[in-house]
Amino acid sequence: MLRVRRVMGSETEFGLSQPGNPRANPMRDSARVVDAYAGPRGLKSSQSFWDFATESPLADARGFIMNLADADSSQLTHIPQDDVEAQYLANVVTENGARYYVDHAHPEYSSPEVLTPRDIVTFDRAGDLVGLASVRALEKTEEPVNLYKNNTDSKGSSYGTHENYLVDRGTDFDDIVAGLVPFFVTRQILCGSGRVGIGREGEGKGFQISSRADFFEAEVGLETTLRRPIVNTRDEPHADAAKYRRLHVIIGDATLAEPATYVRFGATSLVLGLIEAGLAPRIELDDALQSLWDVSHDLSLSAPLRLSDGTTMTALEIQEVFFAACAEHADPEDADTAAVLAEWRRFLDGLAADPRSLADSIDWVAKWVLLENYREREGIDWDHPKLALIDVQYHDVRPEKGLFHKLERAGRIRRMTTDAEVEAAVTNAPEGTRAFLRSFAVNRLGDALVAASWDSLVLNAGDLGIVRLPMQEPLKGTRELLEDRVEGIETAEALLKALGVDRLKPKND
Amino acid sequence: MSSQEQVQRDKSNGGSDAPVDPPEAVQGQINTQNVDSILDEIDGVLESNAEEFVKNFVQKGGQ
Repeated sequence: MLRVRRVMGSETEFGLSQPGNPRANPMRDSARVVDAYAGPRGLKSSQSFWDFATESPLADARGFIMNLADADSSQLTHIPQDDVEAQYLANVVTENGARYYVDHAHPEYSSPEVLTPRDIVTFDRAGDLVGLASVRALEKTEEPVNLYKNNTDSKGSSYGTHENYLVDRGTDFDDIVAGLVPFFVTRQILCGSGRVGIGREGEGKGFQISSRADFFEAEVGLETTLRRPIVNTRDEPHADAAKYRRLHVIIGDATLAEPATYVRFGATSLVLGLIEAGLAPRIELDDALQSLWDVSHDLSLSAPLRLSDGTTMTALEIQEVFFAACAEHADPEDADTAAVLAEWRRFLDGLAADPRSLADSIDWVAKWVLLENYREREGIDWDHPKLALIDVQYHDVRPEKGLFHKLERAGRIRRMTTDAEVEAAVTNAPEGTRAFLRSFAVNRLGDALVAASWDSLVLNAGDLGIVRLPMQEPLKGTRELLEDRVEGIETAEALLKALGVDRLKPKND
Repeated sequence: MSSQEQVQRDKSNGGSDAPVDPPEAVQGQINTQNVDSILDEIDGVLESNAEEFVKNFVQKGGQ
């Protein structure tokens, strides 16, 4: 029986700009953004605060490890960079257990691990508030920085919005690839964020469904910054590698509309459940990359995609097959699963009848309708800079400037969360995962927390010395398991004792 | 931040003294009319020099 419940996380790399200063150093500004959030809250920010001991970004799910010499320097995410730009690196674990840091030349918010699509919506959006807090802090400086939750400058550069799903290690990776490729190629109609311009540099006139599609160049691969693949093979579980695989999804767009984020994660989690159970539909596209681009460039949603058996299907038809398989095998008793299926169904019906009926739910449609209305009123063509401006400004994190926020506040986009709920998620860990213990350590242990990562805490435990506490099981270290035990604790020694770590000896013995 | 701003916006849009729904009621209720009013509102917040803004929005590639 399929359920949507799964350990998941989202990552947002923000676009950034210093108004009037296009030559500002984006590494430096990214670090300023992160530090502007961390400083006033007393959160530690430094490269050494992140515990890199368990990171292995060059491990490949296909079973080999990339040679260091063959890796592009942008892939070496586990090595503290010692070049001149290293001074700008910043790494913070925020109050809710998220990571906020400099990734290449962008500030990135990686959400804490959650268990449901509904919680992803809340904790992904909490990251937008973290970004907003940075912008507000820098507004008072000589060099203010604005942040955009988007994916491209339409001048050849793209940056990611990633998803992470914990998957059963027993599932064959070839099955994951076969099941996911047709799903990901067509998923964009549900959760694309839309883009003005066709091609990497927006050289073609028009509007397309996905902001990321034109930047993908491979079907399967390890890279995330070059030759971007539809299915990324990075095998870095941040958890017990004998039990789990972390599927790192790099093909998604930055969604702001909550229903789109909800369906993006919910439908994907269900499809992964199908694959784990050996129930995934067998659909093999003849040319997955060409289909990816064709779907993105086809606002009529009618492009025939050639399959390897010589027949064709449209993106909607392929999505219907995946939906039907999920609906057939779903646990009818599970409310979270039923709610995701209902919303996915509503999207498919709306897209089939008239995509514009979903201008209140899906970013690419909301943006498209807004741009069309604007274009018509002004009598301008798709290559007019005002439309490119609207495309970027839709994603501005500031409520008074961001056009998405304007639409949502005007009641034109559906919302699932409340302001209060999202604000609470900025400082409180989600339910059900080890993010609780990470969040607890950040909020309560002060300097005794030496370093942290997804699956470890490094504690300065006084006489016991420096102790590395592994957190290999994402479903332990939860509020439910620990809240009573850790209540009132404010030292590393007391925390270790409460967790049952009693075999350590004082270092001077 | 929600309730006060929501109330003000409702007044500025409607311009009448009609009772204002609480924000809970506004959520999920979709307004598909008054295309012009939202375009006007967007005009009011768009960065002033579109060409220059777009030219200056240059990013380094990321993941």
